[in-house]
Amino acid sequence: MQSKEERLRSLLIRGLVGDASAYHIFLSELTAHLRFFVRRRLAHLPEEVEDLVQELLLAIHNQRHTYDRAQPLTAWVQAIARYKLIDLLRRRSRTNGLHDPLDEDDDLLAPADGDAAEARHDLAKLLQQLPDRQRLPILLVKIEGGSVADAAKRTGMSESAVKVGIHRGLKALAARIRSIS
Amino acid sequence: MKTEDWVSLLATGVEPIDAKRTARRQLLAIIGGLFGALAFTAGILRLNPALSHAVVEPMFWIREAYCAALALLGFAAVTRLARPGTRLGLVPAGIGTVVLVMWIFAATVLLRAPAQDRSHLIFGKTAAVCPFLIALVAAPLFFSFLWVLRELAPTRLRLAGAAAGFAAGSLGALVYSLHCPELAAPFLGTWYLIGMLIPTALGAWFGPRLVRW
Repeated sequence: MQSKEERLRSLLIRGLVGDASAYHIFLSELTAHLRFFVRRRLAHLPEEVEDLVQELLLAIHNQRHTYDRAQPLTAWVQAIARYKLIDLLRRRSRTNGLHDPLDEDDDLLAPADGDAAEARHDLAKLLQQLPDRQRLPILLVKIEGGSVADAAKRTGMSESAVKVGIHRGLKALAARIRSIS
Repeated sequence: MKTEDWVSLLATGVEPIDAKRTARRQLLAIIGGLFGALAFTAGILRLNPALSHAVVEPMFWIREAYCAALALLGFAAVTRLARPGTRLGLVPAGIGTVVLVMWIFAATVLLRAPAQDRSHLIFGKTAAVCPFLIALVAAPLFFSFLWVLRELAPTRLRLAGAAAGFAAGSLGALVYSLHCPELAAPFLGTWYLIGMLIPTALGAWFGPRLVRW
């Protein structure tokens, strides 16, 4: 455990000075730990686990300037994870009363007649409903396949705002698709 | 999106983090807040005309030290609570000690004074306005410290908001003392402290809404 902490810490510190490959290894090794942390606490909400893991990765990324190099990494990561977990649970308990329970039988019998062209058309229509700060990053990075830096330059947004836009936008799209079908 | 793709997306093109940026911005925030507090004190409340006589009194410097010590401890609490996973350590005990020392000092002053002077030692001439004026002088500093918190990532929001309020209140009291003629320890232990606690309470109340991220 001690050596794991040391390893992740040195990877993060290299990431903080701009070493992208060390930072990539840091985030992907941390993912397993985060998933373990989240899964144990969200046993009753398995469909939320991966979403929260991604949100935690984003929070850690956006707040990496708050990591004090003299501080144990575990304490820092855990404080962020706990904060976001409580945030999620609070949000859910506030909005749960507003959701209609999904009728699963309808899904099973829904006609599957949409062809590919129609699907593309629908996606474009759905994208239109997103605000610019989410739609443009998704268009530029996920559909046109450009880089985040490029999208940031073209939209005048910061790179982290582009990443946040993609994350939130994809989540919003998924929620809309679920509510249509 | 798959989590591995998400990780790759986050890791592409990471910029190096400037470790001194946070410290620079904190300094800037506090200078800005101090400027506002000083402008209000000197421009609207006016400096104490007897200031040049007061500075030779030891009690003047005890008052300044009292406010400055609490302001430093408050600032330490803000910077610690602003980062996830850091502990407050001895900061709350330090604040308690400073207040306790002032109270013991105030009690000694009151016990030694003749009975008819005691009420004046506690209420002075300005007790009715002092706490509110301290809170007003502290207002620009309160925004500075909230801004410091918003730049970072506090995870205990109520406590962080209270710390921002306390730091602003005690630094505000230090600035306000340039206007205030009161030097008696019982006065400082009561009305100055209440003045510091007004922004503290506001910070605790609004903290969860103002500094969440």
